[in-house]
Amino acid sequence: MGNPILDTFFEETEELLESLAEGLESMQGAEFDKEIVNSVFRAVHSIKGGAGAFKLNALVSFAHSFETVLDEVRSETLELTPQVMHTLIRSADHLTDLVDAARSGRTMPEDVSAGFLSALEACLGEGKIEAVDAWDNFEFAAVTLDIAPIEEPGEAAPEAEAASGSQAGFTIAFKPHATLYANGHEPALLFAALADLGQMTTTVDLSRLPEWDDLDPTVPHLSWTIALRTDESEIAVQEVFEFVHGLCDLVISPLADPTPPPKVEPVPVVKAAPVAPVAAAPVAAPEPSAPKAEAPTMSDRAAAAVAALKVKADKAEDAEAKAPKATLRVDLDRVDRLINAVGELIINQAMIAQRLQDMTTTRDDDLVMHIEDYRLLARDIQEGVMAIRAQPVKSLFQRMSRIVREAADATGKAAELVTSGEGTEVDKTVVERLADPLTHMIRNAVDHGLENREARAASGKPAMGTIKLSASHRSGSVIITVRDDGAGLNRPKILEIAKRKNLVPADAELSDSEIDQLLFMPGFSTAATVSNLSGRGVGLDVVRNAVTALGGRISIATTPGQGTEFTIMLPLTLAVMDGMVVTVGGQTLVVPITSIIETIRPQPSDLHRIGTDETLLSIRGRMIPVVDVARSLGFPSPDNLAAPLLLLVESESLGECALVVDGVQDQRQVVIKSLESNFGSVPGVSAATVLGDGRIALILDPDAVAGGRTAGMHMPNILSNAGRTAYANV
Amino acid sequence: MSEDSVKSEVEFVTFSAGDQSFSIEITQVREIRRWSPVTALPHAPNEVLGVMNLRGSVIPIYDLAARFGLGQTPENPRNVIVVAMHGGQTVGLLVEAVSEILSVSRDQIQETPDIRSEMARQSITGVIPIETGMTRVIDLGAVLHQAGRTLQ
Repeated sequence: MGNPILDTFFEETEELLESLAEGLESMQGAEFDKEIVNSVFRAVHSIKGGAGAFKLNALVSFAHSFETVLDEVRSETLELTPQVMHTLIRSADHLTDLVDAARSGRTMPEDVSAGFLSALEACLGEGKIEAVDAWDNFEFAAVTLDIAPIEEPGEAAPEAEAASGSQAGFTIAFKPHATLYANGHEPALLFAALADLGQMTTTVDLSRLPEWDDLDPTVPHLSWTIALRTDESEIAVQEVFEFVHGLCDLVISPLADPTPPPKVEPVPVVKAAPVAPVAAAPVAAPEPSAPKAEAPTMSDRAAAAVAALKVKADKAEDAEAKAPKATLRVDLDRVDRLINAVGELIINQAMIAQRLQDMTTTRDDDLVMHIEDYRLLARDIQEGVMAIRAQPVKSLFQRMSRIVREAADATGKAAELVTSGEGTEVDKTVVERLADPLTHMIRNAVDHGLENREARAASGKPAMGTIKLSASHRSGSVIITVRDDGAGLNRPKILEIAKRKNLVPADAELSDSEIDQLLFMPGFSTAATVSNLSGRGVGLDVVRNAVTALGGRISIATTPGQGTEFTIMLPLTLAVMDGMVVTVGGQTLVVPITSIIETIRPQPSDLHRIGTDETLLSIRGRMIPVVDVARSLGFPSPDNLAAPLLLLVESESLGECALVVDGVQDQRQVVIKSLESNFGSVPGVSAATVLGDGRIALILDPDAVAGGRTAGMHMPNILSNAGRTAYANV
Repeated sequence: MSEDSVKSEVEFVTFSAGDQSFSIEITQVREIRRWSPVTALPHAPNEVLGVMNLRGSVIPIYDLAARFGLGQTPENPRNVIVVAMHGGQTVGLLVEAVSEILSVSRDQIQETPDIRSEMARQSITGVIPIETGMTRVIDLGAVLHQAGRTLQ
């Protein structure tokens, strides 16, 4: 994009959109909470402000209308009916789209925005959204100081306005700290000095002035906004405040909007202004202002400043409201470089340790101890670095509620998303690459999973369908489940479709779980009519591929009449994994621990030859195919085939199968290294890793190795044994 | 191309493989390493010996002699690996020995004559006469590309 400031704006906007979605969600659930509404309002307001600075007009105008409605809600003049709530949420979605569009330099079609605008206007009843004024309108409760102490701004000497022909000038937001008074400064004198520069209007904010009884005279409570019309430069204005620098909050900005009545008071009036504080708090010069004072008002005032400044003010405001943890934005490349280096460190440590073990001549206990410390430190660093990449799935889940809304709208079903475990952290890449598959599954759940209203009513279910999305950690994996409370899978229909599409032979007899697996076959789609929502033929097979590419698996469970549950199991991180180090055909290989069920050394009587060179293993009354890993990788076959060591693995394609290995060396964490970057993909191998001795070991892809048995038969991989047998019979 | 750049000097690293002299432009060479054992890749073509660890990166090692049909390079502790970069890929070439760094002007590089071997014609961009005969300039991209295709 090339504009770092713009990049920053979009990054911040992303965060704001997130807090907007979050706020709207809690507004939906809870009682009316002014704080939440405020935070939502602030988010939209900040986006608008930032967008204004970059002249993103479409964004500004929509945010403005959105904000107007929110303001009505905030001031409780607009009741928060479900209809209004719906509009607000959809508007937030649209705002997200607009931001995306702005980011990629596209423009949204006018009519789309117009639709949302009219929905917003409908909320207000009589179309109260006035023409957009990019420079904002301030609604803080301020009063003008005049000779009569307090007076509504609107009533003040309007005729004076015309007096000023000059457009130049500044808006000065001035909020003295207690220290200003403590150092003997007097705002009245500062104002008098300002008045010498030109014509000025002063408004004082009394909103934070407590009751007389509660008044703490040592704490300032007042702040001022001064509209100064002058031909002097900003420097001249700053000079006036030179001596109070750091003793007050001061924002000087060009007088932005000449149209709203900038009340130009005759000089005498201005002169009177300084008297006011004394009148208001005659006891002591120090101006009261509770420290926790409503910053929003103040910030809003500062917002008269250039919009860019405004974003900053709102940021500060957000900070006050939520006091979030301090964070640091770091270029992802840097983190990845660090992760790589730490991976090297771990390998290096292992190499030194191994070398030391080999040196049997002298045993240096101290050295051994230091190396052990080194190992622990390296592990600590690795965990720390990995944690940098970890991200809660919250942002991902938040996006999904929008998908549910859209899917529900499109299908005319009522659906809500219930999420849990949003705080679960996963590697950033996983979060990113899970977005598409999850979107697809959620859409499917609404489109296919949930019954239509009539069917739900008939089976006595609530009209509102529920999609449950949850995340949790389980023994080194992340489990994500998508559950609907629909009718469950219609297995006879699935089988019928699969047969009709020639995905399985017409006489195939499949078990329930095999039928469920058919859903993941390429080209399978159960939707009788092709909706634009799902059912485009690219179905769950795409989801499955995406999950597999992340090193995870997906499974499906269904209860007729009660719903369907998809479970995605993913590794915590993509950079390291637990593996079993084995020897196959003289080569060292690593098998992912997640796919291994058990290791066994069977009795020769448990092995049965079938055909010329196939073997089956009978275990607990079942027959499982035995896969000669060495042969399928083109290595020399081990000679212990008569009594082999077997790894029982669960593969997606074959179900359970047994891999023949020569021996098991070790079980350890390995750093995953891509083969593709310098070479290309290798069949049967998912990646490589570096062992303690610095040599490379290949990481086995059990699925591919198991599936390789049938590679020549052009069999859909998805079929399990029964299906395959049936297929072979055709 | 301007007159100057035609005349300008180019440096090549020359080495021998299968008793023939080959060379690649020095800008493509990253380093020259001692031979160390590699990890074999399943179903890899003959010329792909396997992969080795280069400070944490997994790089494939090609047997250059085998690549040009000159037979497998016999195992020898004096064999070296020329680590080269091509289009973001880092690869190692197993050769018998590195001979010299050759500095020639561009017009000394002759186009490959019309030879019968398709593979040699595609993978060799030109020849440079040297004292002991000539050296063949390798098109690294073609070498890698064809090996990759064999694997598919």
